[in-house]
Amino acid sequence: MAYQSATYTPRPPQRVVITGAGILTAHGAGWQANAAAFRSGQVSLRRITLFDVSRQRVTIAGEVQLPGLPPHHLGRRDLQRMERGTHLLIHAAKEALASSGLPLTEFPAVLGTSAGGMTLGEALYRQAHASPPSGRGQATRAVFYQAQQQAAVMQRALGITGPLTVISNACASGANAIAHAASLVRRGDAPAVLGGGYDALSQLVFAGFDTLKALSPTVARPFDAHRDGLALGEGAGVMMLENFAHARARGATILAEIVGTGASTDLHHLTQPHPQGDAALASMTAACAMAGLSPDEIDYVNSHGTGTPLNDVAEALAIQRWAGASVRRIRVSSTKGGTGHLLGGAGAVEAIICLMALREGFLPPCVNVEAPDPACTFDLIREPREATLRTALTNSFGFGGSNATLLFRQPPE
Amino acid sequence: MSLAPRITIGGIGAVSAAGWGVPPLLGALDQGAPLPLDYIARPGPDTIRTLPVRRVPKPVNPPAFLAHARLRRSSPISKFAAAAALEALGNNPAKAHRTGVIFTLLNGCVNYSGRFFGEVLREPATASPILFPETVFNAPASHLATMLGFSAPAFTLIGDSAQFITGIELAVQWLLDDVVDACLVVGAEEVDALTAEALHLLAPGAILTEGAAALYLERNGPGPVIEEIAGPIPIQGAPGRAARAAAAHRLRQSLAPTLPGTLLIDDASGCSRSDAPGQAAWHDWTGPRLSPHRLLGEAPGASTAVRCVLAAESIQSGRAARTLVPAIGADQQASALVLGRG
Repeated sequence: MAYQSATYTPRPPQRVVITGAGILTAHGAGWQANAAAFRSGQVSLRRITLFDVSRQRVTIAGEVQLPGLPPHHLGRRDLQRMERGTHLLIHAAKEALASSGLPLTEFPAVLGTSAGGMTLGEALYRQAHASPPSGRGQATRAVFYQAQQQAAVMQRALGITGPLTVISNACASGANAIAHAASLVRRGDAPAVLGGGYDALSQLVFAGFDTLKALSPTVARPFDAHRDGLALGEGAGVMMLENFAHARARGATILAEIVGTGASTDLHHLTQPHPQGDAALASMTAACAMAGLSPDEIDYVNSHGTGTPLNDVAEALAIQRWAGASVRRIRVSSTKGGTGHLLGGAGAVEAIICLMALREGFLPPCVNVEAPDPACTFDLIREPREATLRTALTNSFGFGGSNATLLFRQPPE
Repeated sequence: MSLAPRITIGGIGAVSAAGWGVPPLLGALDQGAPLPLDYIARPGPDTIRTLPVRRVPKPVNPPAFLAHARLRRSSPISKFAAAAALEALGNNPAKAHRTGVIFTLLNGCVNYSGRFFGEVLREPATASPILFPETVFNAPASHLATMLGFSAPAFTLIGDSAQFITGIELAVQWLLDDVVDACLVVGAEEVDALTAEALHLLAPGAILTEGAAALYLERNGPGPVIEEIAGPIPIQGAPGRAARAAAAHRLRQSLAPTLPGTLLIDDASGCSRSDAPGQAAWHDWTGPRLSPHRLLGEAPGASTAVRCVLAAESIQSGRAARTLVPAIGADQQASALVLGRG
């Protein structure tokens, strides 16, 4: 948004609400299918068909059964060169846009991704190393593997335009993108901003997690004492963040208010969290401070909860320190056991799960837990539960120490 | 007049094909001759044909910070960024209490990505677990934050060459909203064969280069003032010259009237196809003008950052009272930064 120092005047912070949401995961396409699956604790992991996993240690993930594109404005060439992540993104953005009923076609978009158009990048590499050498199609691959092109194709597909920002903070990308989108609305820079995250499964990333032995060779079971790794997944989550007064004036259905965001950087290690969860604590504390809420006012925490031994115990300790004496009544679950870890899409999809929980009155269970880790001093949701919620918080922690927290509340009266 | 704090540039740093630091960069520009070319073998089996690039020379005396545990095995991009950031900080990371990091790039750690994917295709069981984390886009920002001890937010933005100005804008927002007390904005890129070939296909005549540049932003400091950020103007429709030309034209129109004597530091690199939109939008410019990419080459994530460093240095040194840095991105947006003495 344009800035001029001579005339800049800070505006009072605007309330920010969510008026549309779109989601695509291994559970299926759309709010209804996903809400039903998360509510019941469905597991949608299957053997990967997208690339060769015959020589991998682990062979399953939350692969999306890709539906056809929704109605769009793209031409034949756009469709021919479309990357899988773009396809996921279009689905979620279309649903978010449609459900918001926003009558605008120009607004900023802030999107998070960890891998961008990696599958096209892989194709670029393969073709470059093929024998005999051939430059055929390489220019197109070089352009369309770039993350900003994925977002731009999404805009063209949906007939919308506006400035694009792509944030790549590993597994916190989607949550950071939503937080930044919210800040643009809060500052009065735009009445509405599309925010979200996405990532498609790719061979490089899957093999990368496998080489790190971060993938579970058995079953992903976040917060279980015997957990042995995560499952990867793919998908997209996109929401329309809107100025409350703007939304109310047009009679929009308001799904929730975003009242707090937090971000911090964990300096402990490139791929491992601080053992006591220092940066996670900072991120949650910042989100609560912005919202003016104390931990005992948080009704549900959708944790990062990957299922790796180090992540879950660090997050559990951070929640303990954050909640203090209230920890036993803090209800926590991880939803990654059902869909896999969506990396750059995780924070956005889990934010939408929070909206589902708030709106439909349920607590999504943490699946596959047989014996909770002793660090789980909070109320770990292991079975589907009905609940009336006022607030929900979601954590996202990524490689490189990128930490993000989002805090939602029931729509304002 | 605004009562809000002025956002100022408190330090600059750069690593380029001219060398490690801002002084060699200025020296190369003063000489005015294109820097010598290196040649890189094409990717894949065709190792006979080569592509011209401009690489960052090896430092004569490796700086001590390269021995930091996080940097020992890191990609070139992380090393370049660390050097530029430390120079911008005046080797004093403790200048502010909460310092944010905003890192902008297009391709990221492409050398490690290529190496790792090659290993995966050969035999995934023996692919290196050390390489993979270094392929992640935000690894350089993470290394930088750790080396400097900055636990405030560190964001990595991906985008075309105009994204660096979006990064500055985000830093300004963080400073105005009191999210941070200071912010490093860093743009960086590294050379590899795949990127060199892609640039050869997309912008014939442009020379791929590498490096990093960093601005240290603070509130109400004595340095150059960020007077205006124009844009981002989206490049609408399918990528192409017409869409870029329209965005460049709108960008020029959106800028406040330019004062006499403003130094224009444009993004012409010598490739007529990619230079045309920016050249057309500023065809009537009669003031002083600098086109550093013609001498240095094109580093998608770093070139605009280098120009912003030169803009700040021009004001610091008294060579200009005001500078304008337009960035006409390849396929995303057009933006511009205006710096002044305040």
